[in-house]
Amino acid sequence: MKMTLRALLGATALLTLTGMASAETTTITVATVNNGDMVRMQGLMDDFYAKNPDIKVEWVTLEENVLRQKVTTDIATKGGQFDVLTIGTYEVPIWGKAGWLVSLNDLPADYDAADLLPAIAGGLTVDGNLYASPFYGESSMVMYRKDLMDAAGLTMPEAPTWADIKTAAEKMTDKSKEQYGICLRGKAGWGENMAFLTAMSNSFGAKWFDENWNPQFDQQPWKDTLNFYLDLMNNYGPPGASNNGFNENLALFQQGHCGMWIDATVAASFVTGKDSTVADKVGFALAPDNGLGKRGNWLWAWSLAIPAGSAKVDAAKAFINWATNKDYAALVASKEGWANVPPGTRSSLYANPEYAKVPFAKMTLDSINAADPTHPTVDPVPYTGVQFVAIPEFQGFATAVGQQFSAALAGTTSADDALAASQELVKTEMTKAGYIK
Amino acid sequence: MATAHSRTAARLMVSPAVILLFLWMIVPLGMTIYFSFLRYNLLTPGTSFAGFDNYYYFLTQAAFWDALRNTITLVVGVLLITVFGGIGLALLLDQPMWGQGIVRVMVIAPFFVMPTVSALVWKNMFMNPVNGMFAHIAKGLGLQPYDFLSQAPLASIILIVAWSWLPFSTLILLTALQSLDREQQEAAEMDGASPLARFWYLTIPHLTRSITVVILIQTIFLLSVFAEILVTTNGGPGTASTNLPYLVYAQSLLSFDVGGGSAGGIIAVILANIVAFFLMRMIGKNLEA
Amino acid sequence: MARKTTQTRKAVVTALAWAIGFLIFFPILWTILMSFKSEGDAIKAPLDMLAAPWSLESYGEVQTRSNYALHFWNSVILSFGSTLLALVIAIPAAWAMAFVPGKRTKDLLMWMLSTKMMPAVGVLVPMYLMFRDLGLLDSRSGLVVVLTLINLPIVIWMLYTYFKEIPGEILEAARMDGASLRSEILYVLTPMAIPGIASTMLLNIILAWNEAFWTLQLTTSDAAPLTQFIASYSSPEGLFYAKLSAASTMAIAPILILGWFSQKQLVRGLTFGAVK
Repeated sequence: MKMTLRALLGATALLTLTGMASAETTTITVATVNNGDMVRMQGLMDDFYAKNPDIKVEWVTLEENVLRQKVTTDIATKGGQFDVLTIGTYEVPIWGKAGWLVSLNDLPADYDAADLLPAIAGGLTVDGNLYASPFYGESSMVMYRKDLMDAAGLTMPEAPTWADIKTAAEKMTDKSKEQYGICLRGKAGWGENMAFLTAMSNSFGAKWFDENWNPQFDQQPWKDTLNFYLDLMNNYGPPGASNNGFNENLALFQQGHCGMWIDATVAASFVTGKDSTVADKVGFALAPDNGLGKRGNWLWAWSLAIPAGSAKVDAAKAFINWATNKDYAALVASKEGWANVPPGTRSSLYANPEYAKVPFAKMTLDSINAADPTHPTVDPVPYTGVQFVAIPEFQGFATAVGQQFSAALAGTTSADDALAASQELVKTEMTKAGYIK
Repeated sequence: MATAHSRTAARLMVSPAVILLFLWMIVPLGMTIYFSFLRYNLLTPGTSFAGFDNYYYFLTQAAFWDALRNTITLVVGVLLITVFGGIGLALLLDQPMWGQGIVRVMVIAPFFVMPTVSALVWKNMFMNPVNGMFAHIAKGLGLQPYDFLSQAPLASIILIVAWSWLPFSTLILLTALQSLDREQQEAAEMDGASPLARFWYLTIPHLTRSITVVILIQTIFLLSVFAEILVTTNGGPGTASTNLPYLVYAQSLLSFDVGGGSAGGIIAVILANIVAFFLMRMIGKNLEA
Repeated sequence: MARKTTQTRKAVVTALAWAIGFLIFFPILWTILMSFKSEGDAIKAPLDMLAAPWSLESYGEVQTRSNYALHFWNSVILSFGSTLLALVIAIPAAWAMAFVPGKRTKDLLMWMLSTKMMPAVGVLVPMYLMFRDLGLLDSRSGLVVVLTLINLPIVIWMLYTYFKEIPGEILEAARMDGASLRSEILYVLTPMAIPGIASTMLLNIILAWNEAFWTLQLTTSDAAPLTQFIASYSSPEGLFYAKLSAASTMAIAPILILGWFSQKQLVRGLTFGAVK
């Protein structure tokens, strides 16, 4: 016992000492998601330290939901635990408006804000202030197995319709070989199945709210969307789909279990990367439509922002500039190849002839340009956001709706019941929040 | 023996613990009660008085009753498995055998595994319908893999939680068995009592107190099961595996509705105390003697 | 003849017990085995996986991605620190309740236990605000206090049941022999109480080590223990079984080893006074 205690005390002293030694440099705490691009960045920090010897970065890498919840609690209560936050297109406009973020308009000239893709920058700007710098931008698109399409005697159009997708899914499914025609998100969450389903519903002409903020789940377009989705997944999807999110589907696709996967463009570098068993057999196409003028793709950018009230704004800005300017793209390219550069943020990247050789480069850019956050669906709506509704209450009720749709996919409730329950609960929440008078 | 002097001393010795626990209970609880009457969303600046609105909305949502039912099912389900499984295992381990120490080491192990890890391991390595061990076994037998977490979410969670707590009940019951009066047992055997009768009239009464302790301690922890649900099913599909703590979590940390979450927290505290009240009466009676 | 039956019986019991024990232990064993395989092999069918070559690749990757040593020491400090603090507060309290019981002692004990039933999520925001105002966010000392308070009721209860089993007559006998209070405590009571204190300590170290709500919510980097370390592996991109297994093994190994070595001590105290 005594030994343990002494060891303990020794360790404490040691930790305190190391803490003291680094006190002369500025230490910033960066909260980020455990996505591949972020993890890759952590491996490239030597370059940052070489350029900024007086700054030390401490990483807090967390799973997306845990991260969002910690970061939100911290910023809303002004806890001040983080100096740089990784947040998305949903949070930035709301938090920027609330005055919780530091404006990034005064980043150094070599940052070149004019080079950012307009669709992405627009989503991160409030009243002329850029509140977050995009680390990578993404839309969604169809990823498919060229070999399986050939075997089925089909070709994937560059801009398929939902009917094309269904035909292809049917032909590629061979459950005896654990080969499923289509993998889609089913795990409940506003950033999981609801991101996909909301984007998909836009192409069916559905919407969350009419212009008086009345929920629209009792309308035909939502019924069509959900029924089409359930039909696809029940007949041609993998088992356990109601627990599959982005990561689970990625694993399935990499192992060759999926014929098609409609998901984030950023997945392209992983399905063609070293962990993938089907790397050389993947083709890309735009997200499907239904002939109504809108495609079922979304728009998202994981971005770096500084919470208002941070005492280390200068160091934080230096870090953000390093992580999101053009040099970082070149750094990744030199170490890991162009295919692994964080995509979807800068025009210069797409103008680069080296990058144009990457198989999914053009499709990513086209998909991003095809999304319009200010006019997300067919009819006019009172909100912005393609796969979300940019109001603070959204993540709460959208997750609850996601639960309902996930239950419909698992077969524990019917599509009609799920829609009716969703209509009811969104209506309650909107009444509670004062949108519906 | 207890003089006035020793009483004062005793009071002094107890008071730090009482004061600390009282503060620990009353300060957050007071703040929570206060918040529960506010319209307070973390994402919307400003708060305003809401009266009983938060309580009304929390209690009238369909998910509340599901959560209540799931909480009870979860607690009772795990208790049944761990108590009966624990008795069986303890009886088995009490028999003479080779390598008892090693068996005990294997049986006790799950108790040391943190809930997040056990949930992750079960979810991915075992219950996953494509890559999990169970799916591989089903495929090997030529069967369709069963999708545990979507088809039987609550039962799967009960299984995972029961796995973590089985060692605990087994060990308590085993210790109790080992203190059983051997002479009495032998005397009963001489008198021709069948093994079943000996078990029923000697062993079970002897175990009663230990079983009550198992139930009490486990209920305290089982009422607040949370990590296992968060990691495996996120309370779904639908609300099939949402229990009260998870519902409060969804309200306060997914919707960031502090007012509604606080109201839910208060309701959960009240319900837990009702359970505690009955439990304590039962235990109190059993622990006297 | 009789000897033969006992031998057969013993063999059957042994086989059955080993089978069940192995089944219960299997998930942990499997995780450990999987952690020594490469990502590509980890998802193969069970027998193919076992046959695949061993590799330390995942441990290397986990090591470069996270600061395991820091998380490990934080876990050690939090669990030992909170347990010691809880013992300091609980020993006198349990002592007094066991040897000078009043009319309300039982009620007091039950009330203490009932504070454990408060659902942590419900009070997160108030706690967060308090920690912010006291400057305790991401500090080990703040968390030690929280973990102490969470486990205090159990600690008091365990100690109480233990102390109650020390027969009062021994004390009186010692007193008659003219022992001073100091020597009474030192030579008579302490030796009898040590096993109980030891097992209480062990159980609480385990509970504190595995506490995954407050440790995750109130820390970010400096004070983050192993529960946070695991949270960064809970759903990484692509194939992750081997990395997850490696991280899991690293997170549970220390407490598993401690638990195994001290299981005799632990078991003695787990009776909660239920065994006479």
